[in-house]
Amino acid sequence: MRISKSWIVAAKDMRVFLRKRQTTYSLVVFPVIIGIGLPLVLDYVIAKQGAQLGIHVTDLLNAFAFFFAIGASIIPALLASYSLVGEKVEKSLEPLLATPITDSELLLGKGIASFIPSLSSLYIGSIVFMALSDLFSHNVLGYYYFPNWTIGIILLILLPLLAVLSVEWSVIVSARATDPRAAQLQSYLMVIPLTIIYVATEVGAIQPNTTTIWIISGVVFGLDIILLFLSSRTFRREEILTKWR
Amino acid sequence: MITIENLTKKFDEVTAVEGLTFQVEEGEVFGLLGPNGAGKTTTVRMLCCLISKTSGDATIAGYQIGKPADSLEIRKMAGLVPDDVGLYADLSAFENLDFYGKLYEVPDGRRRENIERFLKMLDLWDRRDARAGSFSKGMKQKLALARALVHEPRILFMDEPTVNLDPESAKTVRDFILEIRNQGRTIFLNTHNLDEAQRICDRIGIIRTRLLSVGTPEQLRESLSAPRTEIRLVEVTQTLVNAVKKSIPNKIEVYGDKLIVDVTDPDKENPGIISAITSAGGRVREVTEIVASLEDAYLRIVKEGK
Repeated sequence: MRISKSWIVAAKDMRVFLRKRQTTYSLVVFPVIIGIGLPLVLDYVIAKQGAQLGIHVTDLLNAFAFFFAIGASIIPALLASYSLVGEKVEKSLEPLLATPITDSELLLGKGIASFIPSLSSLYIGSIVFMALSDLFSHNVLGYYYFPNWTIGIILLILLPLLAVLSVEWSVIVSARATDPRAAQLQSYLMVIPLTIIYVATEVGAIQPNTTTIWIISGVVFGLDIILLFLSSRTFRREEILTKWR
Repeated sequence: MITIENLTKKFDEVTAVEGLTFQVEEGEVFGLLGPNGAGKTTTVRMLCCLISKTSGDATIAGYQIGKPADSLEIRKMAGLVPDDVGLYADLSAFENLDFYGKLYEVPDGRRRENIERFLKMLDLWDRRDARAGSFSKGMKQKLALARALVHEPRILFMDEPTVNLDPESAKTVRDFILEIRNQGRTIFLNTHNLDEAQRICDRIGIIRTRLLSVGTPEQLRESLSAPRTEIRLVEVTQTLVNAVKKSIPNKIEVYGDKLIVDVTDPDKENPGIISAITSAGGRVREVTEIVASLEDAYLRIVKEGK
């Protein structure tokens, strides 16, 4: 496999993403909402409840940090849908597949194009989130809560694993979708289990600590392996040209 | 350049292409002519290593289409103009070609030279920074041609390159094809446009799942169309028709003031026919030999091939 070929495809896709309003918005809006919006919510809650909130501030911050995991399942899926179904809509797959590129090089290129911008925007959002959260929670906690191990594992382990899963799921979904929006809607199904986990942490059924995040990461890693196999089977040039509709 | 032997492609129970056997010489323009659904696109896709063959064999410059390692070599030396142009609407004309040039591993300097050369040849250089999505159909088709040539392929596959184009754009594309033929490239052209095939192609293969006939346009016309003589009379009467039938037992058709007679050897048979008409009191205005067109030959071949 020649990474240079994948990079050529990824660079082209990223250039296209920057020129499409929908993809640019999705790269900006979600991290801004989480990075700025959630710390503002925290500030509001602290202002209302003050010292009574005490130790619960850390639970709230951990729960908020989990929103980045939800973002990692949404944004790469959205970009991958545009990348794959976009090729279908523009009917550019045939000339693309006629070039000396292998199926795996092309698939990797599509993955990189969805992975890098998504994680970059989420990481920038997370830096803003941590800075603002520390600023607003320092008076109550007496120390800076972020960075810590929990958000470290979320950002450096869980997010990349979820982004990979999101891209692989999009490849499978895109094979049957005829327009990017339909593919995105199906891709968003991935959010459901993560939302359930989030709600479970909110009601106290699961503790949002490092152990929980490690377990979730392990499960996502296992799913990554399974979906890698399935998406590679879907992404074969003959399948793409004769069965992708 | 291309050798095809007994090439077959089946999609589940449906046979798209069956037992194709023919050769295309280096520098030749070969046209594959056939109705919709005849297997032309499937053939090109197999030759470009986009889809697998079911059986048979095909080699391009000695490389076998079924072998993964050979497939990459074939794709390096071939250019494809698909029936749907498939350009990236959000990228400029230059960026579209640059992307493909990179995928074909054309070195930087050479790539820029080629992009400029082909865009200038196709009158698109002034629009190089415009989004491909803003182009007219004819301009998109020209850009797709430039894209297929950016790596200077030895062989160019074109699937219906002038379909849905206005006459002026179609002519530009056809002239360009003739120009690149003069550069010595082999061209494999799928078309159902008989006029185009006749003007551009050195040889034509007529396909309807199976290869029905192959030859130069002249050979196809001559081999399948019997010569016919058209006789325009002052008045056509049944007596005259009967007189001609007596002199020659071939098929005779009447269209207004014309008799159209199938002949085997016009030089020998025409004088006898005219003599029979004048003897029966007929008055001849004009005698013409009807030259069969490629369309006549094509329609007959396809009909017989059903």
